[in-house]
Amino acid sequence: MSAPGRLPRWVDLGLLPLVSLLAAFAVSAGVIAVVGENPWTALKLLAAGAFGSQEAIGYTLYYATNFIFTGLAVALALHAGLFNIGCEGQAYLGGLGVGLVGLALDQHWPFWAILPAAVGAAAVFGAAWAFIPAWLQARRGSHIVITTIMFNFIASAVMTYLLVNVLIKPGQQSPESRELAPPAWLPTMRALLGRVGISISSSPLNLAFLVALAASVFVWVYVWHTRWGYALRTAGRNPAAAVYAGISPARVTIVAMLLSGALAGGLGLNEILGVQHRLLLDFPAGAGFVGIAVALMGRKHPLGILLAAVLFGALYQGGSELSFDLPHLNRDMVVVIQGLVILTCGALENLFRLPLAALFARRRRVGEEA
Amino acid sequence: MSADHAERPAQPAAPGREPPPALELRGIDKRFGAVHANRAVSLAVAAGTVHGLIGENGAGKSTLMNIVYGYHRADAGEIRVRGRRVDIHRPHDAIAAGIGMVHQHFMLVDNLTVLENVILGAEGGRRLGAGLARARAELERLARDHGLTVPLDTPVEHLPVGVQQRVEILKALYRGAEILILDEPTAVLTPQETVQLFGLLTRLRDQGRTVILVTHKLREIMAVTDRVTVMRQGAVVHETATRATSEAELAEKMVGRAVLLQVEKGPARPGEVLLAVRDLEVRDRFGVIRVRRASFELRAGEILGIAGVAGNGQTELLEALAGIAAPSRGQIEYLGRDLGRAGGARERRRLGLAHVPEDRLRMGVVGGFTAQDNAILGHQDRPAYCRGGFLRRAAIAADCARKMRDYDVRPPEPGRLLEAFSGGNQQKLVLAREIDGDPRVLLVGQPTRGVDIGAVEFIHRRLVALRDAGKALLLVSVELDEILGLADRILVMFGGEIVAEVPRAEATEQKLGLLMAGVREGAA
Repeated sequence: MSAPGRLPRWVDLGLLPLVSLLAAFAVSAGVIAVVGENPWTALKLLAAGAFGSQEAIGYTLYYATNFIFTGLAVALALHAGLFNIGCEGQAYLGGLGVGLVGLALDQHWPFWAILPAAVGAAAVFGAAWAFIPAWLQARRGSHIVITTIMFNFIASAVMTYLLVNVLIKPGQQSPESRELAPPAWLPTMRALLGRVGISISSSPLNLAFLVALAASVFVWVYVWHTRWGYALRTAGRNPAAAVYAGISPARVTIVAMLLSGALAGGLGLNEILGVQHRLLLDFPAGAGFVGIAVALMGRKHPLGILLAAVLFGALYQGGSELSFDLPHLNRDMVVVIQGLVILTCGALENLFRLPLAALFARRRRVGEEA
Repeated sequence: MSADHAERPAQPAAPGREPPPALELRGIDKRFGAVHANRAVSLAVAAGTVHGLIGENGAGKSTLMNIVYGYHRADAGEIRVRGRRVDIHRPHDAIAAGIGMVHQHFMLVDNLTVLENVILGAEGGRRLGAGLARARAELERLARDHGLTVPLDTPVEHLPVGVQQRVEILKALYRGAEILILDEPTAVLTPQETVQLFGLLTRLRDQGRTVILVTHKLREIMAVTDRVTVMRQGAVVHETATRATSEAELAEKMVGRAVLLQVEKGPARPGEVLLAVRDLEVRDRFGVIRVRRASFELRAGEILGIAGVAGNGQTELLEALAGIAAPSRGQIEYLGRDLGRAGGARERRRLGLAHVPEDRLRMGVVGGFTAQDNAILGHQDRPAYCRGGFLRRAAIAADCARKMRDYDVRPPEPGRLLEAFSGGNQQKLVLAREIDGDPRVLLVGQPTRGVDIGAVEFIHRRLVALRDAGKALLLVSVELDEILGLADRILVMFGGEIVAEVPRAEATEQKLGLLMAGVREGAA
């Protein structure tokens, strides 16, 4: 007997998120109307702000880069049955690793040598920060949701301490490191495309975006096409079956969290080497948490994560444009819209799943009887 | 009949005519999405009878009873109780109409006493004390009338399963059930407890109550029912007086073709010892001893059956042998080599020790995976499936398609999700996976649990064929029929100990049943 609620693939992966998204926008429109603005105008401004120019698209994709890294990180852990809420902290520490590599090497090494070192540092630092909660979960049974949340706070405290007391540029008030020298900067997309003769407007979009795309391909191959990915999914879905199959769930927990932390650390490349060119406070800016929404909305699949990341990037970018143009809509309104998207796509997924399932069951039946 | 009339509310039956059936279903129809679970089912259960409802898994009998008890609502059709039409929207309505249900999985709160469990949901007032006192008096009366003795003040977690079931029955009677539905009530009982249950059901019937027994076991139908209704694919296909039918006929109606109830097999030709277990002790994670000093040998070319009521250490024994749980003492020798105390399911499978786990859904398969991903579980590292860490997707799919053909898994679609297969087809896939690795020893737990009769026959034939090919099989089953049908030698487990070894020729249901219940015979 097939369980009620099974849907065709295209509905599950395409239509359902779309319907959820539309519902979120509909509610948002209501809120905007209540505040006293025209929802349609706001939507147009939002879309234009996110996609209306090359510069706008560049900004949207720059934000999306962060969300791809953290979305992949959350999704990979979810495949192993682990809810990694600590991407924020892992990204923060990953950025520290990137920054330290930059500060140590920018005077001595050329860019092509710094890049792999920085990628490695982002991964190692992010993974290291995820390792402790992973080990506690695997060996001591401490719940990973709790420990990763706590590690976000610890990461924040550690970074504040380091920036205020150790890494701060001498003779300066604000807790930031010195600026990195250009050999440690990631080339912008404008510079990269300029090399092959394509000219685009200037934006913060940089090489890290391509690294994020590569990471997406890596996750896809790893999870669905390697035996380690098979072990990861098995342990995630049925730990007892994993033990039966000779797979150690504890080991999977640790490996999955290391990879998850490493992916989250990628955010540091985008922010530190790509845009800020210095170490500073709070650069993950909540991307670790947005990654949870991105992973859920993207159905834990890299392609879906890519699309969801672009959507959230557009909300960030378009939203900041929106608050310039419509005085009643400040940045908080954008947070409201994002919250509604997370609510309908993540938490209330079944709200639309059941009616859709009933609809398709009826259609199938009519089709059979005809 | 006339005796009941005094106790019951006046019935709307016309004088001189037969009384209306206790429960009558007319044209009950129910769909779940694309599944047509009940197709215009009509059924009449005469008052004061035990009525059997039999059918394979997925035949729609549970759906039908859940409609009667108000868990589901029928898309069409009506329910009549004692001739009067009733609308049943939820269990509360069913209880009000005098219908009670005893579920396969008991709905009891473990740490409450029997009395507290019985009145749960029927406390009768804001203060518990008065309700409890009234309930106690009522229960004592019920217990006297029906010979249903249970200790009222003991927490149910301290009661044996058979007694817990009696608590469930008491609960239904306390709520005034005239019609009692029992869903697969014997799944957890020893043969002796089953006999006691049937005695109770007969007594209830003789006192005028109506019993509906839902089961897939033919023997129980023959033993205790007056009439029997057979369901197949959501519809009633046969109804008859039990006296006028036979197990073979019922089986044929259930499956839709003639089935072999008895496995055909020749005598075993035991060869060398492949697996030797000595003084094995297994503790669970709380340190409680689950298997106590178990010793036995398993030879090539034989099926060694382990009989026992569920929960007497068979699970832990099987897991220790398969390398899933580490024994705390003792030795497991495979092909003359000590497997050590450490786990190592992977290593043992590589050495030729395959394992079909007892609880398929909990351990043997991964829900949400496709059939082909399930078909490599435990074998995922074999070069046939995996090269340099990368899965060989095309080879895995082709291999799964071949297994599905060889083991008659339907539909033969490797890319289909596991949940879209019936229990029998899932089990055939698991069997295919484990046998296909060409093991020397196969550990099999409950090979036909939740499997339809047609597939049971297939699986039993495969197991016997494996034995005849010179492999050694260790069969754990709580179905005595299965043990008696397949095993060449039988070990009985009780309380974690192997209490007896019985050659197949000397094994009778009676003898095994007593051993399973912990009665040690002087002569065993």
